[in-house]
Amino acid sequence: MTSVDTRPAGVAGDRARPRTAARPGRPGGLLSRARGGLPTLVFLAPMLVVFGVFSWLPIGRAVVMSFQRTNLVADPVFVGVANFQQVFADPLLWTAVQNTAYFAALALVFGYPIPLVAAVLMSEVRKMRGLFSALAYLPVVVPPVVAVLLWKLFYDAGEDGVFNTILGWVGLGPFAWLQESDIVMPALVLEATWAAAGGTVIIYLAALTGVDPSLYEAAEIDGGGVWRKVWHITLPQLRGILLVTFILQIIGTVQVFLEPFLFTDGGPANRTLTLLLLIYRYAFTNSLGGDYGAAAALSLMLAVVLTAFSVLYFRLTRSWSNA
Amino acid sequence: MTTSRAAASVAAAALAVAGLAACSDDEPDDGRTHLTVTIDAGLEQAAIDAFDKRVEQFEDANPDIDVETQEYTWTAGTFTAQLAGGTLPDVFVVPFTDGRGLIERGQIADIGDLTADLPYRDDYNPNVAAAGEDAEGDLWAIPISAYGQGLHYNRSLFEAAGLDPDAPPATWEEVRAAADAIAEETGEAGYAVMTNDNTGGWILTTVVNALGGRTDDGDGNATIDTPAMRQALGDLRAMRWEDESMGDNFLYDWGTINQDFASGRIGMYVSGGGNYGNLFTQNALDPDDYGLTILPLADDPNAGVLGGGTLAAVSPNAEPDEQAAAVKWIDFYYMEKLTVQEAAVADAEVKAESGQPVGAPELPVFDKAAYDEAQTWIAEYVNVPVDQMSHYTDHVFDQPLLNEPAVATQEVYGILDTVVQTVLTEEDADIDALLDTAQAEAQAAIDAAV
Repeated sequence: MTSVDTRPAGVAGDRARPRTAARPGRPGGLLSRARGGLPTLVFLAPMLVVFGVFSWLPIGRAVVMSFQRTNLVADPVFVGVANFQQVFADPLLWTAVQNTAYFAALALVFGYPIPLVAAVLMSEVRKMRGLFSALAYLPVVVPPVVAVLLWKLFYDAGEDGVFNTILGWVGLGPFAWLQESDIVMPALVLEATWAAAGGTVIIYLAALTGVDPSLYEAAEIDGGGVWRKVWHITLPQLRGILLVTFILQIIGTVQVFLEPFLFTDGGPANRTLTLLLLIYRYAFTNSLGGDYGAAAALSLMLAVVLTAFSVLYFRLTRSWSNA
Repeated sequence: MTTSRAAASVAAAALAVAGLAACSDDEPDDGRTHLTVTIDAGLEQAAIDAFDKRVEQFEDANPDIDVETQEYTWTAGTFTAQLAGGTLPDVFVVPFTDGRGLIERGQIADIGDLTADLPYRDDYNPNVAAAGEDAEGDLWAIPISAYGQGLHYNRSLFEAAGLDPDAPPATWEEVRAAADAIAEETGEAGYAVMTNDNTGGWILTTVVNALGGRTDDGDGNATIDTPAMRQALGDLRAMRWEDESMGDNFLYDWGTINQDFASGRIGMYVSGGGNYGNLFTQNALDPDDYGLTILPLADDPNAGVLGGGTLAAVSPNAEPDEQAAAVKWIDFYYMEKLTVQEAAVADAEVKAESGQPVGAPELPVFDKAAYDEAQTWIAEYVNVPVDQMSHYTDHVFDQPLLNEPAVATQEVYGILDTVVQTVLTEEDADIDALLDTAQAEAQAAIDAAV
C-alpha cells in the first residue's frame, strides 16, 4: 500500500527542489508568500520558542542527564551507562514493571470498552443526550487531585466508609480498599477509569456523528438488530478512532503516576509502585539530592519502549485503519 | 493586504515581547534587600496573623530589608524538587539529618562567617551544633530547635476505654494493652504508626532505639537484621493481626497521622515531642484531648530515645546581602526568643494574643539551664496544657538521647517503610526474609553514600 500525500502540490514540490533554491524572497523560501511570509514566521516563532524551551530542551537535557551523575546544584559528572546498569540492577524495577503491566492490563480490560459502550448507548438515546454527555464528562472536569481525595473518602477502610457502607447493605465487606495488596490495584483502576472515561466517551460520540445514518437505515430495512448494527456498522466505522484510542490508552496507563502517588505512595509494600513512581522516587525520595541520572535513564528507557511499541503497533494495524 | 500583514507581524512581535517580559524577574529596585522567608503551610489565620506581626517587627527594626513569605513544609520529596529547581525561599528549614549532606554537597549557602558573630555561637550543645557544621567546624546551618520522640495519646479515648489518662503506659506491654482496650471499647485505632514518605523507617528506628537496638553501627555497617528489630516488628504484627488494635489505615505519613490523631481517630502514636504546635494550629486539636508521655525504654543499657531537630539554612542562590539579611532573620525569628528575654516575651505575647500555642515542650539547643531560664521568661503566656504533658517534660531529660543515623538516613528509612507496610498489610509476612532483604538494601545505600 502506498501512502497518499495530501499536502498542497506547492509544498510537496518544495521538498524536491534543491536546497540552494530556498532563499528568502524566492518562491519556496522560508519567507515565501506560498509559506505565509513573514507574518507566519513571526506568529510561529513564539510557539517554536515555547515548544523548544519547554519540551524539546528538557527532553534533550534528560537524555544527556541519563549519562551523568548530578544533583542539579553541583557540576555534573559523565558516568557512561552506569545509570542504566544501576536501574537494571534494582530489584524494584521488575516490581514496578509488573505493577505497571498489571495496571495497564486492568485498565485495558475495564477502562477501554466502558467508554465505547457508554457512547454507543448514549448515541441510541433520543432524549437528554446532552445531559448524559455532561454527566459522563463531569469527572474529567473535576481536578484530578480533588477526585483522588474524594475517592479516598469513598475507599475509607472503616465500616463507615462510603463503599463499605453501601456494600454493607448487601452483607459484603468491609474491605480495606487501599490497604490490602490484592485489591488495591483494582481500586486504583476503578478511580482512574471513572476519571478518564468521559473524555473518551466524547471522542466516540463525536465520531459516531460521522457515521452515515443511511447505513443504519439500510440495516434496519434488512432486519438487523442493535447488536448487528453495532457489530457490522458502528465498530467498523469507528475503527480508526478505536485504534488511536487503544494506543493512547496503553501509553497513558503505562505512564500512570497520579493515582498510586496520591492514593498509596506506592504502598502497601510496593504493590502499587509503578514505573513513573519509581522514577519519581529515584529523583526525589532522597532529600539530599535525588539520583536524577537514574531517573533520567529509566525515563529514557520507558520512552524508547513506548516509541518502539507505538511504531510496531501502527505498522501492524496500518492495513486495518486504511482498509 | 501588505499593511494588514505588517500589522499582524508587529502585533505578534509585540505579544511575544510582552510574553517574555512577563517572565522577567520583577523584584523592585528600591535599594532594599528582598528576603523570602518560610512560613508553615496550612496555618490557621490566627497563626498567619501572628507571623505577619513578627515580620512587621523585623522590618521596623531593619528598614533596609523587605521580607516576603513563602509557604513551605519540609518533606523529603518536595524539598528535593525545590532544591533542584531553585525554588526554595532564601531561608528554609531542614531536619538535622540533612545538614551534613547539604553542606558537603554545597547545596546551602556558606554562612559560616556570619554565624561566627552570633553571640550564642559557642553556647550550643556540641552534639546539636554538629548537625549544622562543616568539617572545619563552621556553622553553615543554624540549629533552631531540638526534640526527643514521645508517645502522644488521646485522653478522651483513654477515658472512654476505662483507662486512666493521668497514668499513661510506661512499658511497651502497657502500650499494647492500652491499644487493645481503646480499640475494643471505642472502635478507633488504639495505636497507629506512620509508614509512608520515609516516616515508617523513622518511627521503626525510634522503637528499635527504645529497645536497645540501632540501624547502623556508626562505622558504615547496616544493623537492620537484629533482635531489637524483630521484637519491634513482632509487636507490630501482634497488635495488627492478633489484637486488631491498629485501626484500618496503614498508609499514614506525618501529616495524615497528625490529622487523624487530632480528630480523635487514634489513641496513641509515636512522633516528635514538639508536635503539639502542628496538632493545634494545623489540625484543630482539642487541647483537652491531648496527652504526651515519654517513650517506654527497655531495660537495656543501649536503650535511648531518638532525638532530632531543625536547622535553618540559607539558599545557595542568595546574594551576600541576602545571606546577611537571612542570618538576621534567623536570629530574630528563631533564636532571640531562646536567648533574649525581651524577644522571648515579645514572641510569646504575639502568639498568646492570637491564640497560638506558647510553651509546647522542646529539647534545649544550648543547655538545660538556658532552656529552663527561657521558660521562666514566658511563664505568664504559656497556654498549652502543660499538666497533660508533664509525664514527658518531667522525665525526658533523664532519658539517654540518641541521634538519628548519620549516613543514608532517608534512604534507610525508605527501605524500612516497605518492611513496616508489609508487616501491617500481609498477615503471613515473613519477617526474617524482609529483614534479610532490608539489611542488604540498607548496606548498599550506606556503601553508596560514604
